[in-house]
Amino acid sequence: MKGLAAILNKELADHFASHRFVILFALIAMVSLITAYMVGIKIREVEGQLKPQFVFLLLFTEPGAMFSLVQFVAFFGPLVGLILGFDSINRERNEGTLSKLLAQPIYRDVVINAKFLAGVILIGVMLLSIVLVITGLGLVLVGIVPGAEEIWRIFIYLVISVVYIAFWLGAAILFSIVFRSTATSALASLAVWIFFSFFVTIGASILANTLASDAELNPQSAARKVEWVKYVVLASPMELYSEATATVIDPLRKSTRSTLPLGPMEAISMTRFSGPLPLAQSILVVMPHIISLIAITVICFALSYTVFMRQEIRSL
Amino acid sequence: MMPAPVVVTEDLTKIYRHQVAVDHLSFTVNEGEIFGFLGPNGAGKTTTLLMLLGLTEPTSGRARILDIDPAREPIKVKAKVGYLQENMGFYSDLTARQMLRFVADLNGIGRREAEARIDRALTEVGLADEDPPKKIAAFSRGMRQRLGIAELLIKDARVAFLDEPTLGLDPDATQRITDLIRRLAREQRMTILLSSHQLHQVQKICNRVGIMIRGRMVANGPIDQLAREKFGVDREEFTLEEIYMKYFLEG
Repeated sequence: MKGLAAILNKELADHFASHRFVILFALIAMVSLITAYMVGIKIREVEGQLKPQFVFLLLFTEPGAMFSLVQFVAFFGPLVGLILGFDSINRERNEGTLSKLLAQPIYRDVVINAKFLAGVILIGVMLLSIVLVITGLGLVLVGIVPGAEEIWRIFIYLVISVVYIAFWLGAAILFSIVFRSTATSALASLAVWIFFSFFVTIGASILANTLASDAELNPQSAARKVEWVKYVVLASPMELYSEATATVIDPLRKSTRSTLPLGPMEAISMTRFSGPLPLAQSILVVMPHIISLIAITVICFALSYTVFMRQEIRSL
Repeated sequence: MMPAPVVVTEDLTKIYRHQVAVDHLSFTVNEGEIFGFLGPNGAGKTTTLLMLLGLTEPTSGRARILDIDPAREPIKVKAKVGYLQENMGFYSDLTARQMLRFVADLNGIGRREAEARIDRALTEVGLADEDPPKKIAAFSRGMRQRLGIAELLIKDARVAFLDEPTLGLDPDATQRITDLIRRLAREQRMTILLSSHQLHQVQKICNRVGIMIRGRMVANGPIDQLAREKFGVDREEFTLEEIYMKYFLEG
């Protein structure tokens, strides 16, 4: 595609030089370093007392003081995507550079493709460097070299995370196309983020309570209630992502979530099968999640693409 | 030898929702000509330029630029046409050279060729002697307009659409821009459509003017011819401003 490389280069240069990116990166790097450090210390303390398999992955999943890295990315990763994208189109429109760009011999979609791609590359670089820093720190602190399977799991986790943040980037670009003012699109992006991080979970339990109001008395409807919460909560990309990555990065998890409390007999039988899942099986468990995550990302980008292509130039 | 027609429109029409912006517009601009494209705000001048660039589709009618249909092959047209819009935007944290390099990249011009063209263009518009190079954010309005013209030189445009190139410039800067425009037409045989409200300048540099009112072209021809048509006397006694007002009040 003609012009794609030119715009891509320029976007990347802009991003890397921007204060916004430096601040974001510093913040995320700091949090991940601290988390990994605390976990590393903790792992060292329990050395000898228990020898869990896949010690290395604990660096990513074990909450240090507050949250694990995986939780952190699930919660704040969206902010990175939103901040990278919320003014991508409307800033150019307000500064009058968009119509200049479009008056050059390039197709219109090259502009939006390049912007999205630049964001994705940036997110990839960011996550990769964080993961590498944690891995390095882990090697020093724990003194255990990760096995091939652990590396694969981390890599898959990385890919899923990039897709997940790319979804938020796509949403932010959509807002930057629809809203003329950068402040409005920033607010809209934030609103969507807040909605999905808090309200969907609350909404899900409220909905489940109304649909299964006799959950206290009837075990069947209690089960139904759990099922309902499980499905409604998946409307949130955050939940989708957490579930998808939890199983990939933690081989001891067999399903995406714990279901009903087990009876004593079941609990005993569960402990007999407490070995780790092989990688392929872990992925199989969350395949629907991964596919949905890719799907919503693609849909989000396709929507921005369509809106952008159909916009009348006069209003640019 | 007759000069070749470069911009040709036939019954070009654009309707936005229920409003007619451009109404059966037909005109021709020949190679190397500077055509003054006049009219009150909202007369449809910018819409016409956008249609000629292939940035918006005509509702009906046809346009051809250098024998290419902008509605069908906008990319080809945009490779040969430069557009200097009103309130032109620049990436303000780039330098002039970086900006021109970006334009060269977008036009698919190779590295070495691009650098040679950039040197030539910067000298031509008088922006070469910046050391250390300033960012565009620090440029004056006149410098920005000259940078805009340098962009036309980089892509080696055969046709240029200039929308208010001298708006808000001081007399000296205005002089430089009008000189540049004249040189482009004379030396590079660039065909220029100049849309402006500064009729004094238009009168000085345009070979021919067209006056557009409410989407229609009500007058089209050399200034003295329009004067004769409206007042029955030669151009010397009437400025373009008076001719324009006469058309405007009748329209």
